[in-house]
Amino acid sequence: MLNRQGRPSSAGEAGTNAHPTFTGNKALAQIEPLLFEIGRHDTTGVDFDEPEEFQPRLGGLERKEPIGLPGLSEPETMRHYVRLSQQNYGIDTGLFPLGSCTMKHNARLNERMARLPGFSDVHPLQPVSTVQGALELMNELGRYLVTLTNMTAVALSPKAGAHGELCGMMAIKAAIEAKGEGATRNVVLVPDSAHGTNPATAALIGFKVKAVPAREDGSVHVEDVKKLLGPDVAAIMLTNPNTCGLFEPQVAEIAKAIHDAGAYFYCDGANFNAIVGKAKPGDLGVDAMHINLHKTFSTPHGGGGPGSGPVVLSARLAPFAPVPFVRAGKDGGFELVEQESDAAEKPFGRMTAFHGQMGMYVRAMSYMLSHGADGMKQASEDAVLNANYIRAGLSDLLSLPFGNKPCMHEVLFDDAWLKDTGVTTLDVAKAMIDEGYHPMTMYFPLVVHGAMLIEPTESESKSSLDLFIATLRDLAMSAKNGDKERFTGAPYHAPRRRLDETRAARSPILKWTPPEPVAEAAE
Amino acid sequence: MTTRYTKDHEYIRIEGDAGIVGISDYAQSQLGDVVFVELPSVGKSLSKGDEAAVVESVKAASEVYAPVSGEVVEVNSDLEASPGTVNEDPAGRGWFMKIRLTNQSELDGLMTEEQYQEFVKSIS
Repeated sequence: MLNRQGRPSSAGEAGTNAHPTFTGNKALAQIEPLLFEIGRHDTTGVDFDEPEEFQPRLGGLERKEPIGLPGLSEPETMRHYVRLSQQNYGIDTGLFPLGSCTMKHNARLNERMARLPGFSDVHPLQPVSTVQGALELMNELGRYLVTLTNMTAVALSPKAGAHGELCGMMAIKAAIEAKGEGATRNVVLVPDSAHGTNPATAALIGFKVKAVPAREDGSVHVEDVKKLLGPDVAAIMLTNPNTCGLFEPQVAEIAKAIHDAGAYFYCDGANFNAIVGKAKPGDLGVDAMHINLHKTFSTPHGGGGPGSGPVVLSARLAPFAPVPFVRAGKDGGFELVEQESDAAEKPFGRMTAFHGQMGMYVRAMSYMLSHGADGMKQASEDAVLNANYIRAGLSDLLSLPFGNKPCMHEVLFDDAWLKDTGVTTLDVAKAMIDEGYHPMTMYFPLVVHGAMLIEPTESESKSSLDLFIATLRDLAMSAKNGDKERFTGAPYHAPRRRLDETRAARSPILKWTPPEPVAEAAE
Repeated sequence: MTTRYTKDHEYIRIEGDAGIVGISDYAQSQLGDVVFVELPSVGKSLSKGDEAAVVESVKAASEVYAPVSGEVVEVNSDLEASPGTVNEDPAGRGWFMKIRLTNQSELDGLMTEEQYQEFVKSIS
């Protein structure tokens, strides 16, 4: 039986490995050993002359054993890394519906701009007079981020989201200490739907974490926050839109209550892609928010590139922004403020050795300039539209924990629709792999049972979404019709079947050890 | 031998002036394979509702709260080497800690076996 995409969909066709191959390879999908398992120590890809006799001057500290590097020829090396790259699944391969991760298209234009030698071949220690263009771009990027969020200052240097959280919370801590309340304000409120990094960040810098329960509609209510407020509360860490894919309706009231209590409002900006150009965090009362350039501003991530997590700060926190930062110089150019003593204000310190992810700044800037203000607004609207299109396409078969109402950039299903099927959220995720899709985020947020969090982003076309919805509908019908094996045995078609996650977590093997040398046969 | 349950799925089995604390069979089934257990130190005094231990499964890390106030007099350190015992035998060998109660009356606020089974039915 074929479905409307012309693919087989009837039960029982899930593949079995009836004819295992001799090599372990599956057609042209190659099983790739480790580099150390391919390489031999007696060969090398380069030809060096035998070094002449020399006296080491290391005072007996020189290496005594061979270093054990694998020796490979250029074609062998090439094949190894190309094969590994082919085993990766990324946004360039297909739809990547990982909720809360904003896996959006990384435009080739951005890549091209980032490779301009004036941006890619600069060194953080070269004289500032020789990198004026790069500094101007950083300054302009910062200005755009501050404008989009209606905030006062920006720290560009944090390396990714959680690092940005740490930066924002350290600014809050510095502000509290500057008011002489460092010893007494030591509690941070975190809703139980938050990203796990939020409580971890607060705890890392010595705050005590108190959970704010989510209401039955998935949102945080101002009354629940007020109950926990007191002179000991330093801040709230709130994600908006939240991890249930919903805009917090009381965010402004919560901000007011927090400020009235003398505390600060940290916003987790992971889900900013839903509201760019539509709402400004500064208008909502946010004091600090990190921005994932690798989510919202389309720079690569998930193995494709480093993250970048600039933090925007309100007027109340701006004086505490860390060094280094770029500012306009006296002669019309730009200069770098490297020392806390050179800053006009009171930086809390430094987050990174150098100035952050230059390549990501260029890509994010390229994204902003190529989209324009109207384009960024449309990207947010399309991201929300796409998530709601998936919601509408699946709401009759899957179950929505908070009722069938509009969501933001991601749609959250629970596992109530799987009741009595013997199939779990994990099994559905594995069956999606068989169908050629990277699974959605699962079992997060924790406030929903068997959560499946799907974020298509604005990158997906209608036909791409239609195919994804049709595939999930086929799977859902299959589960409801009792084809349990399709799920519990999945993945059937991946190079590896289901991994033993439990054993991997209980007794991880983190280091490769060479096999015992085979004893040489006696001559 | 009396066993009482909390809404957070801890049980406490009373033995004299102390109680054995663990997580219910429902809790272990919801968590999935347990891969790590962090236990309190012996001698620690806990108030009812305090975070007493952490249990981590392939799905999530969760806190185990003290069902009653008291002092930790013994912990099941076998769990550190074989956390899977929590899945295999949550009510027996998979116990977490023994607490000497400071306030017996706190037990009255907890659920009986029947009440807990009803509670589980209502949420699943």
